[in-house]
Amino acid sequence: MAPGRLSQEATWGLIFLVPYIVLFLGLVIYPVSYGLILGANPKSYVRLWTDPVFLRTIVNTVVFLGVAVNIKLFLALLLSGFFVHERRWIRWLSVVFILPWAIPSIPTILSFRWMLNAEWGMLNSLIFRLTLEDGPNWLLDRWSGLGMICVVHIWKYLPFWTLILLAGRLAIPKDLYESADVDGASGLQKFRYVTFPSLRNLYITCTLLSTIMSLGDFNSIYLLTGGGPADSTQTLATLGIRYAFGMSEIEVGVSTVVVALPVMLPLLVLMLRRMKKGEQP
Amino acid sequence: MRKIFTEARLALIGILILIWTLIPIYHLFVMSITPRVETFAGALWPSRPTLENYETVVEQGHYYLEHFWRQLWNSAFVAVMVCVITLAIAATATFAISRLKVRGGRLVSNMALATYLIPPAFLAIPMYKVMGIYGLLNTQWSLILTMVTFASPYAIWVLKQYADKLPYELDEAARIDGASPLQIFRLIYLPLMAPSLVAIGTYALLLAWNEYLYAFLLLSADKDITLAVALGHFLTTDDAPFNVLMATGAVYALPPAAVYYAFRRYMVSGLTAGAVKS
Repeated sequence: MAPGRLSQEATWGLIFLVPYIVLFLGLVIYPVSYGLILGANPKSYVRLWTDPVFLRTIVNTVVFLGVAVNIKLFLALLLSGFFVHERRWIRWLSVVFILPWAIPSIPTILSFRWMLNAEWGMLNSLIFRLTLEDGPNWLLDRWSGLGMICVVHIWKYLPFWTLILLAGRLAIPKDLYESADVDGASGLQKFRYVTFPSLRNLYITCTLLSTIMSLGDFNSIYLLTGGGPADSTQTLATLGIRYAFGMSEIEVGVSTVVVALPVMLPLLVLMLRRMKKGEQP
Repeated sequence: MRKIFTEARLALIGILILIWTLIPIYHLFVMSITPRVETFAGALWPSRPTLENYETVVEQGHYYLEHFWRQLWNSAFVAVMVCVITLAIAATATFAISRLKVRGGRLVSNMALATYLIPPAFLAIPMYKVMGIYGLLNTQWSLILTMVTFASPYAIWVLKQYADKLPYELDEAARIDGASPLQIFRLIYLPLMAPSLVAIGTYALLLAWNEYLYAFLLLSADKDITLAVALGHFLTTDDAPFNVLMATGAVYALPPAAVYYAFRRYMVSGLTAGAVKS
């Protein structure tokens, strides 16, 4: 290759890379640095630690992540075992099953919200008709509100993770199962000795990625309970917005996010390593 | 006997999955065809199904829907712009990184991957401030650029994996024939990458159409907001007309669902392969 050629390629390479670099500097590096400066005021942290809402929010966030992420991925693991069966009707069902993920979450979350309304909702009307008793106040209590947030979150994201784990299952060599059959293994044994070891690594990656993504789930909380009643169902994603835009305390709002960094950064680094390893097989 | 048992068990699980998936969608549909007088009945099926709520939406016949068509257009405009700009930025960047092997390309793709792992909600406040400094607040460009920022890292990551797999000999042969990098990009790279570009374009389009948080922070005038924000506005009062809201929601959900199913073929293979690798 002639040197002139090389420099032409290098020039074009730079030209092609510039749009993303400009975007990255202007709308990632700049806001992140700006955020770190806004979050550098020690007074904000004093304010946070003395606000009971903040401590409750930390507990909520941990509960939400622990419950929603694990149940969602465990169900996805089980359901991927269902969708792996080759039947025409299961293929059709998978088309319907993907709906929650394919359609926008705003209308469906608002639909949940109305359905769960204690006085007029379809669910409590049904409960009243069947038992002649009033149903629970689904969204007007901290723990059942959080529970419903988990349900909505799982409903929305279960299809996506099921697809991922299904792809993982389909990648397991068939002869592993055939030789297990020859050895007379039961279904449970096949799961224990063939499926699970092959999927373990993917399952852990999914858990990490889903934890990071769920940490930023704003819609499931904001649109279902609005963080209420009395700020008892806020998570870190919604609390920062509440401080900054609901109470005009911009710096405190940013600080709620900064508080999550000691947990988030190690997760991020771990995840980056895993994803980059997968990149070059 | 054993076979019948297996099939019955599969059928049972299938029915449970179907019910679980359809409950909120069924509820949304039923509420949207329930006449306003029955709003608070909580019935499983309205005694007198009606299209009056959809009529209200189409005719902009409610205070909350005064600018419905305008807002639908805004959603479409933002989504299409995000789709086009994300594709342009990600296709050029991955071509430079993967095919031209530009110096520093690895660093850029690593930074993009790290950006993909930042939850967008965590960047909301500084992004809002920065858009104010750029003077873009309350314009649709603030939303478009923000969504491009969040769509392009994933786009770069997925496209790069596909680009790395294209045979390098093709570029070599074209170079020997005297093709410039720009010609290689246009005549070889883009056509070969078409399937994954379709997947990524759909991803960016849906991401932007579905966005609520940033749309609601960055836009404020009734004529500028997207339909997603307009739906959220219904919640500001207690006596919100929920049937009309559900009808609006159904109209809002239809275009992305249609786009998704039209390109499902590309989406499933393109995105699940890229999303997680063990």
